[in-house]
Amino acid sequence: MMASRKPLALHLGILALLLVLFFVLPAYHVGAFSRIMVLAIYAMGYNLLFGYTGLLSLGHAMFFAAGMYGFGLTTNLTGFSVIPAFASAMLAAGLLALGVGYLALRTAGVAFMIVTLMFAQTVYLIILYFGTYTRGDEGFVVQQAQRQLAGIDLTTETARYFTAFILFSVCFLAMAKLVQMPFGKRLIAIRENEERARMLGYDVANLKLRAMVISGVFSGVAGASYALLFGYVGASFAGVQYSIFPLLWVLLGGAGTTIGPLIGVIFMFYLIDISSGWTNAYMLVAGIVLVLLTLFAPQGIVGTLRKRGVAWLP
Amino acid sequence: MTQPTKKPTKMNRRKALIGLGASTGALAAGGAFPGAERFAHAQSAAPIKIGFQKHATGIGAAYGRWYGATTDAAVKRINENGGINGRPVEIVVEDDATDPGRGAEVLEKFATQHEVDVAFGTLFSHVVIGSAPRAGELKLPYFVVSEGHHVASGMLNRYTLQPCITDVKSQVISMAPFVAENLGKKVTMIYPDFAFGHDHRDFFSEAIEAQGGEVVAKIAIPPTETTFTRYFPNIPRETEVIYHVMVGPAVLTFVKELGEFFGPNRPELFGFIDSLEAVDIQSPGLEFLEGSYFWEGMPRHAQAGDTEAQKAYRAAVGCNERGASVEDPANVSTYAHMFGCWETLNVIKAGMEAADYQGPADRPKLIEAVEAMSAIPASEDHPQGDKLFNGKTHQVFAQQHISKVTDGTLVVEHSTSIEDGMYEDEVDYTTQTF
Repeated sequence: MMASRKPLALHLGILALLLVLFFVLPAYHVGAFSRIMVLAIYAMGYNLLFGYTGLLSLGHAMFFAAGMYGFGLTTNLTGFSVIPAFASAMLAAGLLALGVGYLALRTAGVAFMIVTLMFAQTVYLIILYFGTYTRGDEGFVVQQAQRQLAGIDLTTETARYFTAFILFSVCFLAMAKLVQMPFGKRLIAIRENEERARMLGYDVANLKLRAMVISGVFSGVAGASYALLFGYVGASFAGVQYSIFPLLWVLLGGAGTTIGPLIGVIFMFYLIDISSGWTNAYMLVAGIVLVLLTLFAPQGIVGTLRKRGVAWLP
Repeated sequence: MTQPTKKPTKMNRRKALIGLGASTGALAAGGAFPGAERFAHAQSAAPIKIGFQKHATGIGAAYGRWYGATTDAAVKRINENGGINGRPVEIVVEDDATDPGRGAEVLEKFATQHEVDVAFGTLFSHVVIGSAPRAGELKLPYFVVSEGHHVASGMLNRYTLQPCITDVKSQVISMAPFVAENLGKKVTMIYPDFAFGHDHRDFFSEAIEAQGGEVVAKIAIPPTETTFTRYFPNIPRETEVIYHVMVGPAVLTFVKELGEFFGPNRPELFGFIDSLEAVDIQSPGLEFLEGSYFWEGMPRHAQAGDTEAQKAYRAAVGCNERGASVEDPANVSTYAHMFGCWETLNVIKAGMEAADYQGPADRPKLIEAVEAMSAIPASEDHPQGDKLFNGKTHQVFAQQHISKVTDGTLVVEHSTSIEDGMYEDEVDYTTQTF
């Protein structure tokens, strides 16, 4: 009983800490944590596919972008309010993940990486091609008037933080529950030994497709949240860089852990933020730290803690 | 092989929790991160802090380097002349990596960590558009040097202004009369297939038609393209002028292949110097550009009729007669654009002095003071030339130049009037509240 309560207590403790941080952090870090929580949702989505299912995608930015454009375009072109636009974003990301998953999951390993990368590049070029609507690489603004929910102006620092917090909390707890359910255990079984899982009678293809769709929807929620809370929609978020970021966050924080994605995003965000104050070569600093972490903590921060005795870490 | 025992694990966990608590406490005190300290209040002698959103890395790094050099030179001059309202100017630089996401983070950092008075200096449109919403939300005046049409289009907000460099719409419109009268009326456009290229396509097509000309072909080049020869057969035979605005590292290949395709019997060529900013016009492979024409915001190469203000500016930013660094002639500047940083800092100074700016509480007064500006005469503060600022659209209009490559030198052939580039207002930002 104790063992099962600890992860729940940790999850709730993290949420309580995030709540407290709003009241104690300086203004800049409040804004930073709003962004971190949104990006952590993206990382959680990626983690479900990579960390729990063992599928390494190099094209997840397409799902983030699907959510971002799903929200931004419906808001700008059709005048949808926040809730329907957000639902459209989730639908867009889910449908894209379903389509891409249906095709890409016929491959595995390196081929899966390449196919997802190519699909993401296609999405990126589609955004540029339909520049009349998307404004291509420049992107467009989601105006303040369009970022109101039930009379609450989501562009204020307080509303932004608590919206990010609520979205993060829902995703965080849902993901924690999901990976504890039989569905999550089956994904882990696939990651550990796909052939054995198939031999045991699991419909591996179906499970992987479902994981892909859920992962895509989480990523889409993050993309829509970014557009909603920061007011910008742009093609750079569909670029390769934004497919690599969640991989790094998850590797840093700990693949296949529920708290690893958040830890990874915090670590990476502040690594870049702080090192950019020292040198323009901050990506070199980030690269060296990543290499060192990969060498000395290959299972990420949470994975290493788990290995070194805190075995119950979720 | 040694397995950790339970006891040390508990100690480690306890230590970790203590550490976590201590970290939280430190964060609460606001001292855990560099620069988190706050200034109590701006004193009368405290510096005016201007956040410079610099493209230090990423695709805009060449521009960022020269925008930085120009900013340093302008601030040195302002400080030598008594600063702003008797207060020295301090530039706070943050790299935006030429990325809109990072750009927005940098503005947050300026407003809430460095506590700057205003932000300025951004060139690339996607960074401006990604950052501007945050500028509006943070109530931070954001002076951009971007030449994008985003400000005047009404997409942004009252806190974003572009007071010293014309936008692409104005530039393109003002080029059409010269092209139609002197180079030809049948134009083929070759442009990158993204927003920058689309702006040129749309604005120029309309402008040349107004001059009695027509665009006979529009050839969009995908941004991932590295070779261009296969597109050239799409140029119609009737073409009198090729209008090109290719940008990025492949531009040298583009020019070389265009030269190989046409040989000596080419149509007239007209392009935007954006393609070749920070590139020596005498670079091997660019010989084909001899005799062709370029738009320039400010002429890179020294001209016979340069004013004393223009000479002083050239010396101050450390450029030689060919617009390259005096110290390193291989380091060619982004001369056609970077004057915008020099002039924008002088507009900030003029605006702050007109508003008797004392601190962040006076930011609305500063914006109103800049909005009240209209004619900006040529001077040492504004070496590029006379300007007309539209306070409603937050966009300036200015004279543009068309230079011809003559013996490897850009020689100004024609200068437009300010009126040539003017168009109807698309927004009135002054109706927006602060």
